[in-house]
Amino acid sequence: MSVVDRQEWDVVVVGAGGAGLRAAIEARARGARTAVICKSLFGKAHTVMAEGGIAAAMGNVNSGDDWKVHFRDTMRGGKFLNQWRMAELHAQEAPQRVWELETWGALFDRTKDGRISQRNFGGHEYPRLAHVGDRTGLELIRTLQQKIVSLQQEDFRETGDYESRLKVFQECTVTRVLKDGPRVSGVFGYERESGRFFVMEAPAVVVATGGIGKSFKVTSNSWEYTGDGHALALLAGAPLLNMEFVQFHPTGMVWPPSVKGILVTESVRGDGGVLRNSEGKRFMFDYIPDVFKEKYAESEDEGDRWYDDPDRNRRPPELLPRDEVARAINAEVKAGRGSPHGGVFLDVSTRMPAEVIKRRLPSMYHQFKELADVDITAEAMEVGPTCHYVMGGIAVDSDSAAARGVPGLFAAGEVAGGMHGSNRLGGNSLSDLLVFGRRAGWHAAEYAGGAARPRVDDAQVDTAAAEALRPFSAEGEEPVEGPPENPYSVHQELQQTMNDLVGIIRREHEMEQALAKLAELRVRARRAGVEGHRQFNPGWHLALDLRNMLLVSECVARAALERTESRGGHTREDHSAMERSWRNVNLLCALTDPTGGLAGTDSVRGQIALTRETTEPVRPDLLALFEKDELVKYLAEEELYE
Amino acid sequence: MATGTEPPATEPRPRTGGVRDGTRAAIAAPHLRTDRWWLAPAATAAGLLAFIVYSTWRAFANTDYYAAPYVSPFYSPCLAENCEPMRSGPNWELFGSWWGISPAIIILIFPLGFRLTCYYYRKAYYRGFWASPPACAVAEPHATYTGETRFPLILQNIHRYFFYAAILVAGILTYDTVLAFRDEHYAWGHMGLGTLVFLLNIALIWAYTLSCHSCRHIVGGKLKHFSKHPVRYRMWQWVGRLNARHMQLAWASLLSVALADFYVYLVASGVFDDPRFF
Amino acid sequence: MSSYEARFKVWRGDVQGGGLEDFGVEVNDGEVVLDIIHRLQATQAPDLAVRWNCKAGKCGSCSAEINGRPRLLCMTRMSVFDRAETITVTPLRAFPVIRDLVTDVGFNYTKAREVPSFVPPEGVAAGEYRMMQEDVDRSQEFRKCIECFLCQDTCHVVRDHEENKPAFAGPRFLMRVAELDMHPLDAADETGLDRKRTAQDEHGLGYCNITKCCTEVCPEGIHITDNALIPLKERAADRKYDPLVWLGSKIRRR
Repeated sequence: MSVVDRQEWDVVVVGAGGAGLRAAIEARARGARTAVICKSLFGKAHTVMAEGGIAAAMGNVNSGDDWKVHFRDTMRGGKFLNQWRMAELHAQEAPQRVWELETWGALFDRTKDGRISQRNFGGHEYPRLAHVGDRTGLELIRTLQQKIVSLQQEDFRETGDYESRLKVFQECTVTRVLKDGPRVSGVFGYERESGRFFVMEAPAVVVATGGIGKSFKVTSNSWEYTGDGHALALLAGAPLLNMEFVQFHPTGMVWPPSVKGILVTESVRGDGGVLRNSEGKRFMFDYIPDVFKEKYAESEDEGDRWYDDPDRNRRPPELLPRDEVARAINAEVKAGRGSPHGGVFLDVSTRMPAEVIKRRLPSMYHQFKELADVDITAEAMEVGPTCHYVMGGIAVDSDSAAARGVPGLFAAGEVAGGMHGSNRLGGNSLSDLLVFGRRAGWHAAEYAGGAARPRVDDAQVDTAAAEALRPFSAEGEEPVEGPPENPYSVHQELQQTMNDLVGIIRREHEMEQALAKLAELRVRARRAGVEGHRQFNPGWHLALDLRNMLLVSECVARAALERTESRGGHTREDHSAMERSWRNVNLLCALTDPTGGLAGTDSVRGQIALTRETTEPVRPDLLALFEKDELVKYLAEEELYE
Repeated sequence: MATGTEPPATEPRPRTGGVRDGTRAAIAAPHLRTDRWWLAPAATAAGLLAFIVYSTWRAFANTDYYAAPYVSPFYSPCLAENCEPMRSGPNWELFGSWWGISPAIIILIFPLGFRLTCYYYRKAYYRGFWASPPACAVAEPHATYTGETRFPLILQNIHRYFFYAAILVAGILTYDTVLAFRDEHYAWGHMGLGTLVFLLNIALIWAYTLSCHSCRHIVGGKLKHFSKHPVRYRMWQWVGRLNARHMQLAWASLLSVALADFYVYLVASGVFDDPRFF
Repeated sequence: MSSYEARFKVWRGDVQGGGLEDFGVEVNDGEVVLDIIHRLQATQAPDLAVRWNCKAGKCGSCSAEINGRPRLLCMTRMSVFDRAETITVTPLRAFPVIRDLVTDVGFNYTKAREVPSFVPPEGVAAGEYRMMQEDVDRSQEFRKCIECFLCQDTCHVVRDHEENKPAFAGPRFLMRVAELDMHPLDAADETGLDRKRTAQDEHGLGYCNITKCCTEVCPEGIHITDNALIPLKERAADRKYDPLVWLGSKIRRR
């Protein structure tokens, strides 16, 4: 195993989506030699799927907007569970991050006076989302990609080598974060193309791997979203925060089956689309929760007037935060008022002229036309909830994005927890990537500059290599365990389990069932075997990803079982109310066996240990941004009197 | 499954340059298309060939190109002394008496050059005649390719000059169309079937000429800031809409110009008399 | 819901060699070719290599050739084929093959690096950029590009002539040059970089013979030829082949 390619870098960024690329740009700009590792080709990361926009309180369309309003919206959307300092930094820095993109060549849609146009979105009080049609994520990733190329061109002029200071390793998977004592010493991984192993020695590692959606059957996420970063951090000894909060986007495609789950952007509703049930009723008016009663329209007329005159009318309830809309759709379908394929109707065809739809929602028009043979300018879409985003993630320091407990480990983007509390607002994800991607890169570079170079332990490398090769020897090694398993079947069962038992509406006994099933799948996953050799072998890649998905799924199930209330992206049928007493409680997941044995197959004990933690009280000047009447609905008794 | 987990050592097959290059997926067929991909280039080639044959015959024939008040667009303007006299028609004897062969040759250079360097026709004949490529993802038969990087094809870059010339020619053909509102005795205020044919032709000629990519560039496409030139922006948009139909206009105007010529030929050679409306 | 068994030929192999392998596989209503490839992986050929990501035509990973035509696997519905038809799936044929349907698209990343980046205007701070919608429309169309590289694959300049690869950027990256040249705030001119001239001199615009295959295969429907390549050719002509423009610029500079 000693023939492993070794390289030395200052900062290694795992993941090349918005957060990873922004971190790499920052780290390189601050003088750190930076390597980016990504599972796909450069520029294909899941960020391209983001459609609606980047939330930033620039106030270009409504000058009433500022960071304080954005902060308030974010906290409300997250039901006050947000790591408030992150929400504050996010709201304050987002405009700078968006403007900066323009200096790198991004071309957003414009207002009449030539500034960046901003659109309405669920949960945002003012039009706030900088966008490019409905392909904002593509613009973001392309801009960052091109900025990296421009930095490489700079390096080429100075050193004669494009990759002397910033290099992207595409189609490589990291399977372990290596450590030197308590601190990070690098990463171990393999090239997907050749199957060769590599080690990157680095004092600082930024994890920016995105989410976990591929553990669910109906999801808007791509195959990359196997929770790698969550698992890497767990295995390295860093805790995960509030993993029970999984966002189900209210509008995913429901038909045909092969595209079930693919996202239908929230901009459809932001631009005037309405939700109707099979009786033709705009049912969202029946689902406005008490905490939002004053902010949303009571009649269809008022809601419709709001699009033209937002100052004197309240917004339609189709634009409630995503968790509310997803639950409402779920309830309608359950009550037998769903569409033929088990969703509800989302209609723009009766709301806007065809040309306007094609101009403002071009890729939605295209997507439905090509994939479902539905012309959204003439008929309604069928939509239903789809697993979209995980609010939980690696527990980080708000200012520096440093993972707790492991010096040298940083996390940004979807893989980091805390920022969005129990539910993320649309558009806050792209701004999150930029704000905290930059912070992670900055602090990682700073840390790497001050740290002595760590030593990579050969034994850890050998263990990691043996772990990665195990699927090739599934047969024979431990014959008592049974025949090799098809990794694809194990994966499908895992997705079905999480979808059915830890999905949008959760019940205690189902989650217990899920934990038992996960224990069984863990045993079977250890026997996952693959054919062929190491060169671009998807079966092998999946077999390795199963470890991560199982770890993360257990975190979700365990945390969801523990939290006996309903809040944001966590809905318990048996505890349907939001409890103020849970407001200041974080649930932390850690490995039960930190030595990394991963042997735990006991369904009760499992691999994950949960601990409760009381959150830091919200700073008084931030609390003062809210009306007392509103705080009463969220905050625990004792918090109010402080 | 205890197979070797190391990837096989790679030893590429010989390099041949094209889709069968040693580094590419080993597929012997030059293409795997199952549709009738050859239909479009074949039809293009047939259409162009038919026009070339017809126009060559007519251009060199040097007869039957004038039947008052109609002059064939192939012979307008008529710039040599040997032209048939057309009263207040487009004959200007710039070339004097030394020009012996058909006067059509002088003027046809311009529309021919315009169409030869036209971005649509280039596609059409590169595909149809040169098979470079015959169709998308169908291997071309040539061993080397330099495109329009060197002589003579680098001359395609002068398309805009032919566009300027084409504007003049279109102007003259417009003049001819106006003259077509006379009768055979040169009295104004009349109209015949030929007038209609000429009207149709000139409309299509103008549409084709103005839909030219060079025209689109000149009226506004070259600008960096449309917002500072609202009028040219409007013109650019207008030309852009025409430009989207450049191919259709290219064929329609090719057909109409041949039709106009053929109509004059039929009347001039006495096959039938131009039906007069008034 | 009706399902049937379709016949597929999928190219399998690597740089050393390979061939079309026959498969019979179930197809259900509403499926796309990528679904079928996945079914093959899950049931018959677990190590069948294929690139894919979003499965919604937004990332441009799953480029391949279906019945000889460059297409995205995820956006090619099975319903466009006759049920009796044998569907052939091969990797992109303009790039070196790695394994099965996966090719080495490194050519494109090399070319991307050769195009000088956006040059921000001097003295305009972040947040002060003002651009009109009509001025960004053209570049925005080109920025819809998902970099699936189907245009690069189908372009005969490099597909049929490996030797042209060093000199020719390909439609995707010529379009990138056009995008930057039409960007209302790009200040390349001020730094002495003439994008119009370099399009011809360094990125091989002259190789393009505008036969429009790039436009034909573009899954985003970008008018690559009419809106990017031809305007770029005209801009290059302004610089290099137009004495009138040259004279005009001389006089104006006086």
